[in-house]
Amino acid sequence: MSAVTAENDGHHDHKPAKGFMRWIVTTNHKDIGTMYLVFALAMFFVGGVMALIIRSELFEPGMQFVEPQFFNSMTTMHALVMIFGAVMPAFVGFANWQIPMMIGAPDMALPRMNNMSFWMLVAGILLLFSTLFVEGGAPAAGWTMYPPLVLQTGNALPFAIFSIHLLGISSIMGAINIIATIFNMRAPAMSLMKMPLFVWTWIITAFLLIAIMPVFAGAVTMLLTDRFFDTSFFDAAGGGDPVLYQHLFWFFGHPEVYVLILPTFGIASTIIPVFARKPLFGYASMVYATAAIAFLSFIVWAHHMFLVGMPLVGELYFMYATMIIAVPTAVKVFNWTATMWKGAMTFETPMLFSVAFVILFTIGGFTGLMMSLAPVDFQYHDTYFIVAHFHYVLVPAAIFMIMAGCYFWLPKWTGNMYDERLGRLHFWLSVISVNVLFFPQHFLGLAGMPRRIPDYAVQFADWNMISSIGAFVYGFSQLLFVYIVYKTIRGIDCEKATDEVWEGASEHGLEWRLPSPAPYHTFETPPDEVPTEHF
Amino acid sequence: MSNELEREHAKLVRKLFFVVIAMFGFGYALVPIYDVFCDITGLNGKTAQVAVVETKYEIDKTREITLEFVTSLNKSAPMLFFTETKKMKVHPGQYYTVNFYAENKTNKAMIARAIPSITPGPAAEYFKKTECFCFTEQTFEPKQGKTMPVRFVIDPDLPARYKTITLAYTFFDNTKISVKQ
Repeated sequence: MSAVTAENDGHHDHKPAKGFMRWIVTTNHKDIGTMYLVFALAMFFVGGVMALIIRSELFEPGMQFVEPQFFNSMTTMHALVMIFGAVMPAFVGFANWQIPMMIGAPDMALPRMNNMSFWMLVAGILLLFSTLFVEGGAPAAGWTMYPPLVLQTGNALPFAIFSIHLLGISSIMGAINIIATIFNMRAPAMSLMKMPLFVWTWIITAFLLIAIMPVFAGAVTMLLTDRFFDTSFFDAAGGGDPVLYQHLFWFFGHPEVYVLILPTFGIASTIIPVFARKPLFGYASMVYATAAIAFLSFIVWAHHMFLVGMPLVGELYFMYATMIIAVPTAVKVFNWTATMWKGAMTFETPMLFSVAFVILFTIGGFTGLMMSLAPVDFQYHDTYFIVAHFHYVLVPAAIFMIMAGCYFWLPKWTGNMYDERLGRLHFWLSVISVNVLFFPQHFLGLAGMPRRIPDYAVQFADWNMISSIGAFVYGFSQLLFVYIVYKTIRGIDCEKATDEVWEGASEHGLEWRLPSPAPYHTFETPPDEVPTEHF
Repeated sequence: MSNELEREHAKLVRKLFFVVIAMFGFGYALVPIYDVFCDITGLNGKTAQVAVVETKYEIDKTREITLEFVTSLNKSAPMLFFTETKKMKVHPGQYYTVNFYAENKTNKAMIARAIPSITPGPAAEYFKKTECFCFTEQTFEPKQGKTMPVRFVIDPDLPARYKTITLAYTFFDNTKISVKQ
């Protein structure tokens, strides 16, 4: 079809379809973005309930509520649901909504594949939940699924593996779509080095995804054939080696944690300049730092395995390589700080979350640096210290920036301003409780409390109780977020948002030059000029 | 959407799809790469799975290495498995024989395989066996017990930092898998 006849083309609707079928068949990037975000929010609560089951059991020493097997299922499922069901889909949701609007494109490059990857995600997560009801219980060997332990999973194993296949295919399709959109559909005026940083971080994330997801799919397929078809990839009796799985897993797993954090960086780099009323400091260095982090993520995986009995040379290599990652990461933290420096800052909810992110992510980064030291990692390995570390970089970093992104763009999406007073209340409740929740876990870990256990020695009782109290406050505060979002979407006592929404935002991004709420179809002809504040 | 743009998309998607397939293959390729890598570097404590020819070494009487033997059964294989010598002092270059005892506790014939592992891993290449029950699968008649010798020598080239070496054997019940093949 040519541009001239596009108007008459059957499937090129100009209004959303009516009723429920709109959401099933939609190929509109905004609809799909909304579905991703709503789904992620729902999974955030499902995973959150699992976390609260864990924290209830750990409130006091001794066995209170659940069986140890179920407890271990909860730790495993909590991780899988939060990673594959909440954080990754939330970022894909942002990508769907924002990338076309940020680069001046009418839609994603492959709209039908976009729809398919969303529904495949839903199917994958439902398949994962189905394992809760099969004989032998849900997978309980940890989200890393190390053999030989994971091979003792009951009937759930093949379901969990096929679920990972589906989730993997879904995110690979999402990644391909994002790359195609960014490469082929940018407004002619937007060169690569004029792209907003959110777009930059997502394209790098998308390349990470297509490189690692297939390796993970391969590794779990090997688990499947080891269990059911008598192969011996990880079985020493047949000449295999269980440590090989750990290498394969972490070759996927380490870049995967950057899949969770790079879009976080992108959102922070988008929000902070708007509220500091300054251009982002060091745009080019941000881009190169992101690329450097992504590259380094492929060559440091064995720092998760310092205890497998590596030779000294291996430990040294992985230790130094890991420490190097602190350099580009620090570049980013300094750039955000420098962006705020002498800015005319205001502290609306998105900015509050972003400032908290910069500080709390730095704490998570420093504990990571501590664990990169092979000799001290021998102490921290598999303790609550690592739990505290990765929750600091996932909750007050990734989750906080997802929240910040919602507050930041919600007025553009809905045309209504969210309730600033409630938003700030949500922020303060979250930021205090999240520290009450996770900070004591550092102490528990240093004192030697192992992770993934339902019971513990009495000397750990006090900090566990405090941590559990923080968990419940944090968990229930998030209901406030749901209320705020609902209120904003429905427009209940909300001010109307202006087109620019935030003062001076149209200097920072194309999306703020569109009307609020953003029309169903935007940038059907690409904009003539794009923001060039970085130059 | 113009034809030209669709062609651009198709071209890019084909390339990206190829990357995905290649990475899936790469995951599988890592299996042999890992084995070769371990072989070359002698990581992960795998010992040679074939006997070495008995060669004469100069015995280093000045050095004493503590050798420990550990036996275990995988997934509670229905066997007895132990060694009478749990610990011994050896001189590099001298040949020793240690007896292991394994017994089939069931009333059915059994095929089992012992897998050795050496800690610390880099010492594995200096631990040479001229005879070992781990080189092949072992067949046990019902209730049969066997005393099986391991004859070995520690290469005098073993770096001085290794003072203690642990040799662990794990018996795997391979009856089901072996019958199928």
